[in-house]
Amino acid sequence: MDTVDQVQVKDGVDQDTVDAVQSVGGKYKYGFETDIEIEYAPKGLSEDIVRLISEKNGEPEWMLEWRLEAYERWLQMDEPEWAMVDYPKIDFQDQYYYARPKSMVEKPKSLDEVDPKLLETYAKLGIPLKEQALLAGVEAPEGERRVAVDAVFDSVSVGTTFKDELLKAGVIFCSISEAIQDYPELVKKYLGTVVPQSDNYYATLNSAVFSDGSFVYIPEGTKCPMELSTYFRINAENTGQFERTLIIADKGSYVSYLEGCTAPQRDIAQLHAAVVELVLLEDSEIKYSTVQNWYPGDEDGKGGIYNFVTKRADCRGDRAKVMWTQVETGSAVTWKYPSCILRGDDSQGEFYSIAIANNMQQADTGTKMIHLGKNTKSRIVSKGISAGKAQNTYRGLVSMHPKAANARNFTQCDSLLIGDKCGAHTVPYIEVKNNTARVEHEATTSKVDDEQLFYCRQRGIGEEDAVALVVNGFCKEVLQALPMEFAMEAQALVAISLEGSVG
Amino acid sequence: MIYANRKPIKKTAYVMPDVALPTGGAWITEARKAALASASEYGMPQKRDEYWKYTDPTTLTSDAPTPAAIFDNKEERLFDDVDRVKVFFVDGIYNAEMSDPLDLAGVEIETLETAGQADIHWASALYGVLETNGQRPVPRPLAALNTATATQGLVIRATGKAAKPVSFIYLHQDENSDATIHHTIKLEAGADLTILENGPAAARCNMVMEVDVADNASFHHVRAQGRDHERRAVTHIFARLGKESSFKSFTLTVNGVLTRNEAIIEFKGDDAHATVAGACAGDGTFHHDDTVFITHDAVNCESRQVYKKVLRSGAVGVFQGKILVQPGAQKTDGYQISQGLLLDDNSTFQAKPELEIYADDVACSHGSTVGAIDETALFYLTSRGIPHGTAQDMLTLAFLGEAIEEIEDETLSETIRARLERWMARRQG
Repeated sequence: MDTVDQVQVKDGVDQDTVDAVQSVGGKYKYGFETDIEIEYAPKGLSEDIVRLISEKNGEPEWMLEWRLEAYERWLQMDEPEWAMVDYPKIDFQDQYYYARPKSMVEKPKSLDEVDPKLLETYAKLGIPLKEQALLAGVEAPEGERRVAVDAVFDSVSVGTTFKDELLKAGVIFCSISEAIQDYPELVKKYLGTVVPQSDNYYATLNSAVFSDGSFVYIPEGTKCPMELSTYFRINAENTGQFERTLIIADKGSYVSYLEGCTAPQRDIAQLHAAVVELVLLEDSEIKYSTVQNWYPGDEDGKGGIYNFVTKRADCRGDRAKVMWTQVETGSAVTWKYPSCILRGDDSQGEFYSIAIANNMQQADTGTKMIHLGKNTKSRIVSKGISAGKAQNTYRGLVSMHPKAANARNFTQCDSLLIGDKCGAHTVPYIEVKNNTARVEHEATTSKVDDEQLFYCRQRGIGEEDAVALVVNGFCKEVLQALPMEFAMEAQALVAISLEGSVG
Repeated sequence: MIYANRKPIKKTAYVMPDVALPTGGAWITEARKAALASASEYGMPQKRDEYWKYTDPTTLTSDAPTPAAIFDNKEERLFDDVDRVKVFFVDGIYNAEMSDPLDLAGVEIETLETAGQADIHWASALYGVLETNGQRPVPRPLAALNTATATQGLVIRATGKAAKPVSFIYLHQDENSDATIHHTIKLEAGADLTILENGPAAARCNMVMEVDVADNASFHHVRAQGRDHERRAVTHIFARLGKESSFKSFTLTVNGVLTRNEAIIEFKGDDAHATVAGACAGDGTFHHDDTVFITHDAVNCESRQVYKKVLRSGAVGVFQGKILVQPGAQKTDGYQISQGLLLDDNSTFQAKPELEIYADDVACSHGSTVGAIDETALFYLTSRGIPHGTAQDMLTLAFLGEAIEEIEDETLSETIRARLERWMARRQG
C-alpha cells in the first residue's frame, strides 16, 4: 500500500475507502493468457465477415438478413463523440471479429468433452464449470446456492451448466447461437425489439457481428430455481468481443442474472461491444447484476478494453420490475447506460451503480429511465469514485411522458475524488411532461427519504448512522447479493464510503 | 484531459450567410472581424446541436425576424420609483432625447457608437474578449455574431461606488424590429455598480453583456424581460470575476414566445462570489431557456444558481446549468438548484444540471425537482377559507420567491415581488 501514502486526500475522506479503491485498482488479477489454439476469421469487417460469422454459427437465412441489414446501417453511421471519454480512433478494420478455440470447432456435446485448458481458465477465474453431481435421492445441502453458468470465451460459448435441470423447470438457458437453432420462434419474436438493430453506433455493429451470448426464457409463473450467470472472457489478441444477451421473463416470473467479465493484460487496447435486451411481461421481475472487471490498461493508460455496451430493459407488462446493479471497476474506456423503459402501468425500474476509475481509466456511465406508463417508479443511485488520473462521468436521463401519471423518480448521484489529478462529472437530463409526475434529483446526503430515516431512528439508530445506512446501505446489500465468484471484489468494495464526496 | 478545455467541433457543412460588418474605428473593426471569423467557424446553432437540444434556434437565426405584436400592458414601468440614470433604447436603438444625460459620479458612460469611432479605446481589452473566452468548450455563435455586428449598446466604466443604478429601458414599437445590442461594462477595483434592465427591446433581440469585475468590486444586475407575447430574445452575459469580487444577477421573465438567456461566468481571482438567479412564469406558447456555465478557476469561490419556473397551458421551461471546477480550484462551493412547477398536465420542464469537477476538495451540489403544486399545502390554505385560486397564487409566489430573494437590494426585490403579485391578482379577476 505504499502508493496510498503519496496520495493527498482531502479531510473527511475515509482511509478505508482509499485503501479499498487502491486494492481494486491495484494489480489486475485476471491478466493471464490461456495458451490455446485459436481459429480466426480474417481480420477486418466486411459483408463477407458478417456472412462468415452467420455461417460459423449455422444460422438460418433470416438471421443473416438481419445482420446484413444492420451492417448496411452501420456503414452510414458516425461514431458518437458526446461522451466524456478520450481515446485514439478505433480502426475497425484492424480487428478480428471472430475467434474461437480450435477445440470448439466440433461443438462438445457435454461439459466433459470441453478442452480441459478452457475449463482450467474458468477455474482460475473462480468460475467452476462443472455441475456438482447430485446423488440420486440426495438433496442439495440446505442453503447452498447454486449458480448456472454460461461461459463465453472470445466469440463462442464454451458451455452452459445446469441446462437440463433448468429445462425441467421450463427455464431455457443456453447460448444465443443455440437458441437461434433450437428456439427460432422466441428469438425471432424478441430479438431487436428492445434494442433495435440500428439503435446506436455500437449496438448496430453488434447486431451485424455478434457471435454468441446468452439466451434466457423464464416461462409464465416460474421463479427460476437458481441464479443464472454468464462469464465473458476475452483471450485472443486484437479481437473484439461482441456478445448479445436476450432475457425474456414471461408473466409472473422471476430471475436473478449475473454477469462477469475479464480479459488478459495486453498493451494494445481491445474492443468489446455488447448488447443486452431484457423483456419483462406482466408481474415479472429481473435482477441483473454485473461485475465488470475487464482489463483496465496499465498505469500509463496502455492497453485495456474499450467497453461500449448497450443494455436496456423493456417493462412491457404492468407491474413488471427490473433492477440493474453494476460494479464497474475495469475497462480503459466504459460507455454504458443500462436503461429501463417503463411501459407497463405500475412498473418499476431501479439502477444501482458503483463505478471506480483508477489510473488512466475513463468511465462514462449511467442510466435512462423512460416513464411511459401510469404510476411507474424509478430509482437511481450512482456512486462514482475517481482516483489516479481517471475520469468518471455519470450520464443519465429521466423522462416523464405525458401519460405517465403519478410517476415517480428519485435520483441520487455522488462522486468522490481521491487525489487532485482526476475528474468527476455529472450529466443528468431531466424531461418532464406531466404535472402529476414527480422527479427529484439530488446530490446531497441530506435529502434521504424521511420515512426510512424515521424507521431507523425509531429503532435507536443515531441520525448520522441512519443516513449512512440509508444512503450507503445499498452498497453492502447489493454486494452481498452478488454470487460467491465475486466475493473478492465485493469484500474489497464494502469498505467504500462516500463521505467527503464533492457533489 | 480536461474536457471543458476542448475546442468545439467545427461544423464542416455549414455555410455562413454574408454578413456586412459595420464601419468603425481600428479597435472595434479588429474585434468585429475576429468575432465574425469565429461565428463562421462554428456556424449558427442548429436544432440538432446538443447545446440546443431543448430549444429550437431556427427563429433566432433566420434572416428576418418573425413579426411580434406590440403589447401595451397599460401599467407604469418597472423601477419607476427607483432613483436611477435612465437610458432608452427604442427597438434596439439608443434614444438620446428620451434618455437622461450619460452622467454619473464615479461612472463613465458612453454609447458603443461613440466608443467605436475611436481608433484606440480601453474597451478593446474587454469588447469581444470575454465572449471569445466563453466560446469553449461549447460555441456560442449567436454571441460572436453579436460582437461582429452590434452598433448599439453602452460602454461603461465604474471607478468607484456609483451613486445610483444605471437603468436600460428597452421599448418595442415596431412589429418587425430586429435588435442587436452589446453592452461592455468594466468595474475597476473596489467599484460598485447596479444595472437595471426592463422591456422587450424588439420583435427579436440578440443581446450581449460583457462584465469585467475587478478585485473587490461588486456588480448587481436586475432584469425584467418584456411581456410582449410574441417577442423573441437571445441574451448572453459574460462575466469575469477578480479577487474577492461579487457578481449578482437576477432575471424575471414573464411571457415571450422564445427566450434563451445564457450566463457564462468565470472566477479568475480567489474568494469571489457569484449568484445567478431567475424566476419565470410561462403561459401557453412560452418557451424559456436558462443556460448557465460557471467556471471555477480560483480558490475558495462560491457560486449559486437558483432557477424557478412556473409553467402552464403548454409552456416549456428549460434549464441547462453547469459548474466546472478546474484543477486547483480547491475549496470551491458550488450550489445549483433548478425547480419546475407544472400547473397543468401539458406543460414541460426540461433540465440538465451538470457538474464537471477536477479538484478534490470542493463541495458542489445540484438539485433539480419537478412536480405539481403541493396538495397538502393547498389543502391547508383552502381549509382556512382561502379561495382555491388565491391559495394557488400564494404558493406559486412563494415558490418563485426563493429566486427573488437572491436579489440583494430589498427595495428591488420587493418591487419585483409586488409586480408579480399584482399580475397574478389581475389574472384572477
